[in-house]
Amino acid sequence: MSKAAMETKINTTLSVPYKTSKSFGNRIGYGVLYVILGIIAIIQIYPLIWLLLFSLKTNQEVFGMSPFSLPQNPQWGNYAKAWSAGHIDVYFFNSVLYTVIAVVLTVILASFVTFAITRMHWKLSGLVLGLFMAGYMIPLHSTLIPLFNIFKSTHLIDNPVSVILSYVAFNLPITIMILAGFYKTLPREIEEAAVMDGCSIHRIFFQITLPMTIPVLSTTVIINMIYNWNEFVFVNTFLSSDKWKTITVGVNNFVGQYLTDWGAIGATLMISIIPVLIAYFILSDRIVEGIAAGSVKG
Amino acid sequence: MKNVMSNKFVITLYVLPALILILLLIYIPIVLTGYYGLMDWNGIGKMKFIGLDNYIELVKDKLFWQSTWHSLLLGLFSTVSLVGYLILSLILASKIKGANFLRKIYLIPMLLSSVAIGQLWAKIFDPTNGMINRLLIIFGVDNPPVWLADSKIALYALFFPIVWQYAGFYIIIFYAALKNVPEELIEAAKIDGATSIQIAYKIKLPLIAGVIKVMVILAIVGSLKYFDLIFVLTGGGPNHASEVMASYMYSEAFSKYNFGYGSAIGFGLLIICLVMTWLIQKLLSSKEVEF
Repeated sequence: MSKAAMETKINTTLSVPYKTSKSFGNRIGYGVLYVILGIIAIIQIYPLIWLLLFSLKTNQEVFGMSPFSLPQNPQWGNYAKAWSAGHIDVYFFNSVLYTVIAVVLTVILASFVTFAITRMHWKLSGLVLGLFMAGYMIPLHSTLIPLFNIFKSTHLIDNPVSVILSYVAFNLPITIMILAGFYKTLPREIEEAAVMDGCSIHRIFFQITLPMTIPVLSTTVIINMIYNWNEFVFVNTFLSSDKWKTITVGVNNFVGQYLTDWGAIGATLMISIIPVLIAYFILSDRIVEGIAAGSVKG
Repeated sequence: MKNVMSNKFVITLYVLPALILILLLIYIPIVLTGYYGLMDWNGIGKMKFIGLDNYIELVKDKLFWQSTWHSLLLGLFSTVSLVGYLILSLILASKIKGANFLRKIYLIPMLLSSVAIGQLWAKIFDPTNGMINRLLIIFGVDNPPVWLADSKIALYALFFPIVWQYAGFYIIIFYAALKNVPEELIEAAKIDGATSIQIAYKIKLPLIAGVIKVMVILAIVGSLKYFDLIFVLTGGGPNHASEVMASYMYSEAFSKYNFGYGSAIGFGLLIICLVMTWLIQKLLSSKEVEF
């Protein structure tokens, strides 16, 4: 039962284990359930294993042998080829750069806004919060042509600034949504005491409130990182030079060019998803929590 | 106290940068897309005002309604599949061992980019070497379908990667909501002799109705916005068989350089999304139950 207690981490109402005498039929029922749950888990994970397998195969193996066979002689060369021939190194660096800048900007700006809305007193706070929240419902594609035109007239087409600004703007609503949910649960007493002591508002924000929100900040950072890393349409539309593209768009172009080289395609795809998988492996609790928090409270 | 916390200058300083960004990059563009829809414009040259011509054409455009229908179909499938996710979440949330591990496994595809998922599934669907057809051949199917190349089934085939991608997301959310159902209610019902199915149907589901409603909106409106995966997998083809609103807008604007007409499609997409959101909220509003 200790496992079950761990599973309810998000939940606050832990219950006393409820003992029932499990009959034979009951156990069969559970067996069937586990088989179903297990099959779904395999469906969710097997395509990625298959990808890993064919990323290490030669074309002869892919075409000639069973799709479930292990690579006879793992072709690590596929990865070397993908990394150098497809500009993947440049794309990878760009992805990291845009993701980091956009995440930092989004989280700082969203913290400012959330603090001003939930902590400070002003008439239009409700309306402004509504504006930010409603941004979540706007379909990104409806803004694409005007955004393209705005960036073109400000000479930001084929300039990463356009992509970074778009990431920030479109991630602000969800980030503020998650932050606001957390701010509402934070006690105000410390801040009020600081005001009494004559602390300036900036010091209250930077030295008292912001440090208290570090747990939820890390959640928003992770969510933002995943969104930005995976983003496709802004980069594909606003950036045209190879030197600026990100890995998501780069992978798409690379695969388009090497239609028949399965090994190289597989390796490219693996390179693009490995960072996210590693992040998930380390931070899965936070990521799961962030996804649940972002949507349930919205 | 009041003075410091209602300092107008500080409020402006804190709110304005973010506000300017969303006004400039979200709200002004949605107004502009409606405005550009009134223009004959190739994106490079001068705009020419043509009144409502684009919108009139849009209303008569079979392809637009076909792509809208495809988007709505995907929304309908997504909504129906919510039932499956709900059942799975009910099972996982009923103190099953390993539930935490399983839902983490289920979520993995959701973390990958739609482009990577698209490229991976392009290989899975490959008629000769793909995973699915190799399996079908092993099981003795002589002429397995060509999937994405068949205009009759391309749209339906797209639904496999969509379910694969989003299942974990919905399960995580339903699971979190179910874990918030007060344990005392369930214990009390058990003592009264209620079966697990009765408990699920009469207690758990009504209590998470609010979350279910949000997820229905997300499933339908999210489907109306599908783009990346379809762009990568089929590009809307073959012969527009899997065209959706966003892909139609994108190809009109960025392949054919009909920026005016593309804007009109974008505005149509916006209106349809807003109307659908409002409609679902209206339809489901009576079913809300408070904790």
